[in-house]
Amino acid sequence: MRMNQVAVVGAAETTELGVIPNMSQLQLHADAALNAIADAGLKLSDIDGFATAVETPQQVCHYLGIKPTWVDGTSVGGCSFMLHVRHAAAAIEAGLCKTVLITHAESGKSMIGKAPRSIPADSLQGQFEAPYGVYGPPSMFPIPVLRFMKSHGITHEQLASVAVVQREWAARNPRAMMKDPITVADVLNSRMIAYPFRLLQCCLVTDGGGALILTSADRANDFPRRPVYIMGTGESVETPMVSQMETFNSSRAFKTAGPLAFKEAGIAHRDVDHLMIYDAFAHLPLFGLGDLGFMPHEETGKFIADGHTRPGGKLPLNTNGGGLSYMHSGMYGMYALQESVRQMRGIAPAQVPGAKISVCHGVGGMFAASGTIVFTNER
Amino acid sequence: MAEPQRARPKPTPETQHFWEGTKAGELRLQRCDACAHVYFPPRPFCPTCASRKVSVFKASGKGFLYSYVINHRPAAPGFTPPYAIAVVELAEGPRMMSNIIDCPQTPEALELDMKLEVAFEALDDKITLPVFRPAKG
Repeated sequence: MRMNQVAVVGAAETTELGVIPNMSQLQLHADAALNAIADAGLKLSDIDGFATAVETPQQVCHYLGIKPTWVDGTSVGGCSFMLHVRHAAAAIEAGLCKTVLITHAESGKSMIGKAPRSIPADSLQGQFEAPYGVYGPPSMFPIPVLRFMKSHGITHEQLASVAVVQREWAARNPRAMMKDPITVADVLNSRMIAYPFRLLQCCLVTDGGGALILTSADRANDFPRRPVYIMGTGESVETPMVSQMETFNSSRAFKTAGPLAFKEAGIAHRDVDHLMIYDAFAHLPLFGLGDLGFMPHEETGKFIADGHTRPGGKLPLNTNGGGLSYMHSGMYGMYALQESVRQMRGIAPAQVPGAKISVCHGVGGMFAASGTIVFTNER
Repeated sequence: MAEPQRARPKPTPETQHFWEGTKAGELRLQRCDACAHVYFPPRPFCPTCASRKVSVFKASGKGFLYSYVINHRPAAPGFTPPYAIAVVELAEGPRMMSNIIDCPQTPEALELDMKLEVAFEALDDKITLPVFRPAKG
């Protein structure tokens, strides 16, 4: 894909985030989509390409009354929307469609109109993981972290500092769920969930959604909002079984997707003004900083504990408060993308002054999949 | 109402040999006849070189503790928290998820890299699970 040929011209989250007991998951998709359409100054009939995850494209298109000529139902977990952005950019460039709507929504807390996740007993996960007592992401996602810590010399205090720093960002964000300051001691004294992780190192569980609208960069100046260009993209998958990752010292999917996006964008790490790394749990920013090549894994814990990713630091990271403090409906990737777009538009609640390049890195499943998008506001 | 049960694996044609093995007190792995790669979970071809010529063999049952969590909440049906969910690296190379028995489920007792050996836990007359215990000696 060539850089800066496609732009985000519409972006919005659901009207409310948090606990939304009066809306089904499907209606949350519609709420986000209608907000994004309004943001772009478009009509639903202008949309000729559509992508979503978990719900099928046909479900959401029919509900919204969209008649697409291109659809993508890639559903690889929380980073599905990064992959949708990549696929949509390629489709627009190839002339398969002109204006793509990407929606995410999840009634993750209220569970209205949401099918429960289940693991079939004859799947490989059902045979070789489920019998050992894994039960949802908190019991699975942290499984690699003790090995990661031992290999790279990461301390429990450093891992706790991830949550502390992100709470500092959340305090600047009126829409963040959790805004009260916390300390490393607060994190290490919070309720044990799955050793070594405690409550404050695990993501929130909320309702919400978001939507993006992409079109050709040549048309992007005809829209009311400042265009945000797709500079580079990457994606990969590894395994749906956390136990079968090649190593727990890094993520192969991260190490594939991240460098692909950097290479396509033609940027170096020092060019990055703003960074989002999907933080379902506190170890993910450490994996991300290392796997994306910002620094050796050994330095990631100290880097965050020393304050380099906090407000005013040299590498602003997860500036909305992240999945740990902003919101996490279950598939957080869309909210990371929304924050990158806000930062590139210059309208984020905790705006990074003068930011020109934003890297947005997502994970799907338990290190099962990954997608990376490099955005810029300069063409 | 019956007590909530631990998740029961349901074998497929490709994994049948593995579950027959555990029932017979053997941990069975597969080795590629072409490139000698040893792999898990079971499948009738080599994921490294794509050869369909593969053999099933009895593994040593020895390994070490690669990583784990101690799950407190929410607990899976049939489990009493806190309990460790471990990943064991086998002497032959592959890793597998398991539980660690005959060992306190504490960070102090569960030392990374500790040597382990396989044990077998019958769930019912069809399924026996491989689990691991600290190796003797």
